[in-house]
Amino acid sequence: MAATTHDVHDGHGEHHHGPAKGLGRWLFTTNHKDIGTLYLLFSLLMFLVGGSMALIIRAELFQPGLQLVDPHFFNQMTTMHALIMVFGAVMPAFVGLANWMLPMMVGAPDMALPRMNNWSFWILPFAFTMLLSTLFMPGGGPASGWTLYPPLVLQTGDAFPFVILAIHLMGISSIMGAINVIATIFNMRAPGMTLMRMPLFVWTWLITAFLLIAVMPVLAGAVTMLLTDRYFATSFFNAAGGGDPVLFQHIFWFFGHPEVYIMILPAFGVVSQIIPTFSRKPLFGYHSMVYATAAIAFLSFIVWGHHMFTVGMPLTAELFFMYATMLIAVPTGVKVFNWVATMWRGAMTFETPMLFSIAFVILFTIGGFSGLMLAIAPADFQYHDTYFVVAHFHYVLVPGAVFSIMAAVYYWLPKWTGHMYNERLSRIHFWLSVIGVNVLFFPQHFLGLAGMPRRVPDYALQFTEWNMVSSIGAFIYGISQLLFVYIVIQTIRAGDKATDRVWEGAHGLEWTVPSPAPYHTFDKPPKISTADAHG
Amino acid sequence: MSADNGYYVPHQSIWPIVGSIGLFVTMIGLANMLTGAWNASVLLVGATILLIMIFGWFGAVIKESESGLYSQQVDRSFRWGMGWFIFSEIMFFAAFFGALFYARQFALPWMAGDAGRLVTHEFLWPTFEYVWPSSGPAELGGEFQPMGWWALPTINTLILITSSITLTFSHEAMRHNQRQKHINWLALTIVLGLIFLGLQMYEYVYAYTELNLRLETGIYGSTFYMLTGFHGLHVAIGAIILAVILGRSLRGHFTAERHFGFEAAVWYWHFVDVVWLFLFICIYVL
Ligand code: HEM
Ligand SMILES: [Cu+2]
Repeated sequence: MAATTHDVHDGHGEHHHGPAKGLGRWLFTTNHKDIGTLYLLFSLLMFLVGGSMALIIRAELFQPGLQLVDPHFFNQMTTMHALIMVFGAVMPAFVGLANWMLPMMVGAPDMALPRMNNWSFWILPFAFTMLLSTLFMPGGGPASGWTLYPPLVLQTGDAFPFVILAIHLMGISSIMGAINVIATIFNMRAPGMTLMRMPLFVWTWLITAFLLIAVMPVLAGAVTMLLTDRYFATSFFNAAGGGDPVLFQHIFWFFGHPEVYIMILPAFGVVSQIIPTFSRKPLFGYHSMVYATAAIAFLSFIVWGHHMFTVGMPLTAELFFMYATMLIAVPTGVKVFNWVATMWRGAMTFETPMLFSIAFVILFTIGGFSGLMLAIAPADFQYHDTYFVVAHFHYVLVPGAVFSIMAAVYYWLPKWTGHMYNERLSRIHFWLSVIGVNVLFFPQHFLGLAGMPRRVPDYALQFTEWNMVSSIGAFIYGISQLLFVYIVIQTIRAGDKATDRVWEGAHGLEWTVPSPAPYHTFDKPPKISTADAHG
Repeated sequence: MSADNGYYVPHQSIWPIVGSIGLFVTMIGLANMLTGAWNASVLLVGATILLIMIFGWFGAVIKESESGLYSQQVDRSFRWGMGWFIFSEIMFFAAFFGALFYARQFALPWMAGDAGRLVTHEFLWPTFEYVWPSSGPAELGGEFQPMGWWALPTINTLILITSSITLTFSHEAMRHNQRQKHINWLALTIVLGLIFLGLQMYEYVYAYTELNLRLETGIYGSTFYMLTGFHGLHVAIGAIILAVILGRSLRGHFTAERHFGFEAAVWYWHFVDVVWLFLFICIYVL
């Protein structure tokens, strides 16, 4: 075989062909851009499905009393909403971004293991079909909360094994996706793209992939034990047999806390790409960003107990987890400082990706602060399982992770489609989102501090006003996402022609290829100049 | 026939989607079996689809590899992939080892009133005293005898260690281009693996019939069978992989310089071996 025919199919060489025709293109593809698109579209679909469930929750909570849904269904909604948003919306969105961008950012022809890449994606639609189908089963879907604590979760009806096995499928998909990311980054960089020249999005994904491979199997172990406890009479979480339900919480949160960083580290990467571009300055403190990311990842393995302050851990454990958790605020603070310092005295402009990124920095920081409050063990006895926790994690996940995904889509959409999005509409989308999200989640802090428990379909009268406000915010935020869908479709179908560099201040290899990016980029490794290396 | 200047990117492949369908059918079949709705037939259909996928997929990879499409760089991707896959497996086992550790160090002593945990003890299990092995305060599964570490488990340990050594010999032979030697040692390794599995099966029968040690024998039975069971499953998988490699070697695949397919199997086997050593110490000896 000659050196240039490296994308042959079944022996007959042809190169630089475009995509295959029809449905087969999407089913059989090994192209990182196709697979990235699939991930992103799937994630958008799940975002809308999970979002509808959230609106059902907020509609029920608009007033005290039970009006729309019965409590059991309400619990199914909170559980499914979380599972779908975590595993179906946020994680696949970041994998989609990784697929599209990592090979282009490091100068690779594709992901390292292209067939496995296809498999990682195509497991997901099946997994979520399985998960969603449980809503129609006798006894309904899972209603235990996404944390699946036994013994409650063991009371799930016939849906139980479907939920567990669907989670297994999602885990398999994530692990394969993560292996691919690591192999791509370690093995596929163009000559000259040294580790310390990689864009931060690449760095944060590398570390995220490590977290994924380390903790998804632990979740698999935990849910396997649930399955055998229910169907094979094992006693892992049964005190009568010498097990302990609290054991599940330890294993789950050993997975769970790194999991929340899996959802935020790539977001850190995204805003670290965008802020320098629109500040027209290199990223401040590149090295410290890399080390801070690694430090956060390391610490994320030793703080899981902060989710369990109230289950009765020994005092030493409470103290250890409290201080370890607070320690995470240090590298996180380094990051926030660096983003602000990047903007400092920059020639800033405020296109939509930048708007979402700035909102990210501010609102994520609010979530970080409420996290610090929760990390204080004695204070958490008051806050735990109240709406304050709900407010905390939604601040880090919605104006955090989700905003960064929005920012990334606006930032790279011209590169993907070759068209500019509609700047005016996208700003409307931004402002509706920021207002909606704050009206939605800020009052939940007050509710939580006043003592409203989470995961309840009804509440005491004194919580009414803020719940109404919160629900109004939810509908503003939810409905304005339809505008996002419209903008994306509009950009794909029409829209002004985008230039190759797209943004005046953009640096990096992805901006050196045409817009839209050709089906195959970097068949030959590009030369890396300092200007194309990170900021 | 060298492609050392390019990275081989396969164009399209049907195997991943076949694999997804296979996984889906398998999982649906398994779930419906667990709820008691179906018998095993759908599960078996799913497993068959998965087998077809594995044959087709690996067949394609082997064909590409043998026709020299893979550069050094592709080879390195496989290495990274396999290495991190094994790491994920280690973390899977870690969850069960963690459960064992937690039950022995915390859950059971606390139930017996240790470390000031008097309330559970006083109100729920005032007579419970902690000894390991334990089937818990309610003594689930009835009277049982623990599995000793001497005799069978020790023999099994020696067998697995030996198999790792024979496999290393096989690998050395491959590096020195001594194909027959390589094949002999490899075959011996597989035989040792199968003996291990046979003895393990014998041990299970013995435990069930003679010791009344069952899966439902409280936390001891749970951790014992879960850890040794998943380990046994991995030995079986490892043996199958080695058998496939043996078949390929007999057909003249691999060279002294390039034999990552074989090396991956070697890594996997050593990993399974190391897990056993931990298991032997934590489950049987301690
Ligand atoms: C400065 C960093 C952070 C600190 C100190 C922190 C601290 C905490 C603490 C102590 C809790 C437990 C509260 C309770 O249940 O009583 C908690 C819950 C949670 N945090 Fe954070 N957190 C931080 C960042 C994040 C980030 C970045 C994410 C995700 C992107 C996140 C997602 C969550 C989630 C999802 C929960 C609730 C889980 C549940 O119970 O369902 N946190 N956080
Ligand atoms: Cu946490």
